[in-house]
Amino acid sequence: MTDEVFTDHIVSVLVHNNPGVLSKVTSLVTRRGFNIDGISAGPTRQNDMFRLTIVVKGDDKSLEQIQKQLYKIIDVVKVVPIIRSRMVGREICLIKVKAIGAERHEVLQIINVFKANIVDVGTNGFIVEITGDSDKIDSFLALLESHQITDVARTGIVAMNRWERTFKETGR
Amino acid sequence: MNGARIIVESLKKEGVDTVFCYTGGAVISIFDELYKHGEGLNLIQPRHEQGGTHAADGYARSTGKTGVVIVTSGPGATNTITGIATAYMDSSPLVVITGQVASTLIGTDAFQESDVTGITLPITKANFLVKNIKDLAVTIKKAFYIAGSGRPGPVVIDIPGDIQRQDFKFNYPDTVDLQSYRPKDSGHPKQIKSAIKLLAASKKPLIISGGGVNLSNATGEMNDFLNKTGIPVVHTLMGTGVNPEDENQFLGFIGMHGTLYGNYAIQNADLIMAVGVRFSDRIIGNPNTFAKNAKLIHIDIDPAEIDKNILTDLPIVGSAKSILREFNNLDLAIDISEWKNELSNYKNNYPLGYEKSELIKPQYIIELAQKYFPENSIIVTDVGQNQIWVAQNYRIKHPRSFLTSGGLGTMGYGLPAAIGAAVGNPDKQVLMFAGDGGFQMNMQELGIIRKYGLKVKMIVLDNNYLGMVRQWQELLFEKRYSGTDMEFNPDFVKLADVFRIKSIFLKDPKEADAVIKELAMSNESMLVHIAIDPDENVLPMVPAGKALDEVLTKL
Ligand SMILES: Cc1ncc(C[n+]2csc(CCOP(=O)(O)OP(=O)(O)O)c2C)c(N)n1
Ligand SMILES: [Mg+2]
Repeated sequence: MTDEVFTDHIVSVLVHNNPGVLSKVTSLVTRRGFNIDGISAGPTRQNDMFRLTIVVKGDDKSLEQIQKQLYKIIDVVKVVPIIRSRMVGREICLIKVKAIGAERHEVLQIINVFKANIVDVGTNGFIVEITGDSDKIDSFLALLESHQITDVARTGIVAMNRWERTFKETGR
Repeated sequence: MNGARIIVESLKKEGVDTVFCYTGGAVISIFDELYKHGEGLNLIQPRHEQGGTHAADGYARSTGKTGVVIVTSGPGATNTITGIATAYMDSSPLVVITGQVASTLIGTDAFQESDVTGITLPITKANFLVKNIKDLAVTIKKAFYIAGSGRPGPVVIDIPGDIQRQDFKFNYPDTVDLQSYRPKDSGHPKQIKSAIKLLAASKKPLIISGGGVNLSNATGEMNDFLNKTGIPVVHTLMGTGVNPEDENQFLGFIGMHGTLYGNYAIQNADLIMAVGVRFSDRIIGNPNTFAKNAKLIHIDIDPAEIDKNILTDLPIVGSAKSILREFNNLDLAIDISEWKNELSNYKNNYPLGYEKSELIKPQYIIELAQKYFPENSIIVTDVGQNQIWVAQNYRIKHPRSFLTSGGLGTMGYGLPAAIGAAVGNPDKQVLMFAGDGGFQMNMQELGIIRKYGLKVKMIVLDNNYLGMVRQWQELLFEKRYSGTDMEFNPDFVKLADVFRIKSIFLKDPKEADAVIKELAMSNESMLVHIAIDPDENVLPMVPAGKALDEVLTKL
């Protein structure tokens, strides 16, 4: 088991929004030996349903196990693995960055190149919002690194398989 | 009616006849309603909530009904944890109702508050905290449905005290439909046909009968299938009870302490059909060498078991009962006489055995018990050497008649589970085997045997050691017996006597026959304390993680 390659996997999980469902899902994933690298949750068009998007690290075989185990949680309605090569994935990131004097201009330039938005302006800096896939956000952050970033908040990815691989939000 | 009454009436609607319960501040209203309106509900009060939970589990495993436990919040609830985890690992259906502090006090570290749904999350099939009286009846309905259907398991319902006292109209639903829980009963016809084809082409087929066969009451179908096809069969610890007509077909118990011929069959088969088996590490040893010559058909009701520990060539998801029925309806002609000869020769050449001695050998006691107890007796074990000696040597021929903690390996399971089995099966003999260590883990439950007029026959196999661990120390730690001696064990005869239970001490092999006969014939509960050979080991043994054919026949 030691020389296995662990990769990031994304699973999209449709759940009934009953109390404790989030901890049921995360505790199960952890208990079965996965690390959760990211998780995001939000309501769906059906009032009582939530969609979780979870990024986990593990080998392919155990990914299948995780899906089956997730189905054993009574509140889990649907589990869909997201295929990296065929997905649309987006994250939002808020960055609080220091920008004083001449620095302000440099920071603004990076923001423009990435089509990021300034959502708050202060005398000492900005709060910048950027939406995109995780790579875009990573490179944006890398470029800003030479300036003083004081805070970063990322939503974690939300993702869908492209049209030809989609699923209804009801039923198994 | 108030919430407590709703609970009681819901239990009646579920056809519950027995509740294992221990009172306390957070369930006192439920007990009051049981007192006033509990007609038809047999209230069994253990001496410890762990004992009560194991008793409900023993009741459930032996009867096939869901075991019901009611305990108070905080320590009452936490005392059930080992019992719930034991039931979870062996897929035993329980509904555990825990009282909780008033809903207004939850989260305030109130007196006897504990996060029961949090604590039991990984050891329950589902759990619920009832926060609104209008959800109470339907939650109970759901709990029973989930516990008893599909792959069974324990379900916890945590009910705050104020909810128990609020009034609401009692309206018990006839059915529940859970969108996200619809266990599959029948297997896919195509898969079943493919399985028949594989079986027909096989020269060396083998069946593994697992716990799922007992749980889905499929032992009859399994026996029919075996009788019809003549295919040899082995079983797991939980799959005990399978009984083909031809004794040569029966190759016993497999895994770490499996019979040589059972494990031989696994390693030499060209096709294995595993029914209701989860391929635990104690069964497979080294997963890379397990059944290395065989294709695998895996039948299980839980899709998550497919490809979990062992990769399958052909999965069939559904209940053992309905799938085996389908098999029995299809034609299957096979000629496997050569394979059967090979196996029965092997069985004759490498039988289970033990050396006779001046000291009592546990295997001899098991032989005698088998001789004097009726064939349909319910045999219960604790955990350790005693458990495995019984599993290897007691030829149990009926379903739901061997109760043991397999998955969790819980010492202290035996006595309370035997009590639960006796409660549920007044017309059968219940015989418990326990070690000197494990028996003491729940010996307080001796206190309720007379109280409820139960008949439980008990054998304490006393080797003055935590024997199974001592055996590992002998094998792997050069006999450094650290923390395994049991000096200053109590006098078990006197102990039973304190609880007004007939008891006798046995040390001389020459007296064993008469004593075990007396135990079997006794009209009342009885305990036999037996000093056995302290150095006796459980053999054969496949050391953990080794291939099933890398077996030790002596240490
Ligand atoms: C609750 C619990 N604690 C510890 C263990 C570890 N354990 C497994 S077998 C065993 C020894 C059991 O001794 P005894 O009850 O005397 O039975 P024997 O093996 O001697 O027949 C121990 C300590 C366990 N299985 N369960
Ligand atoms: Mg012992």
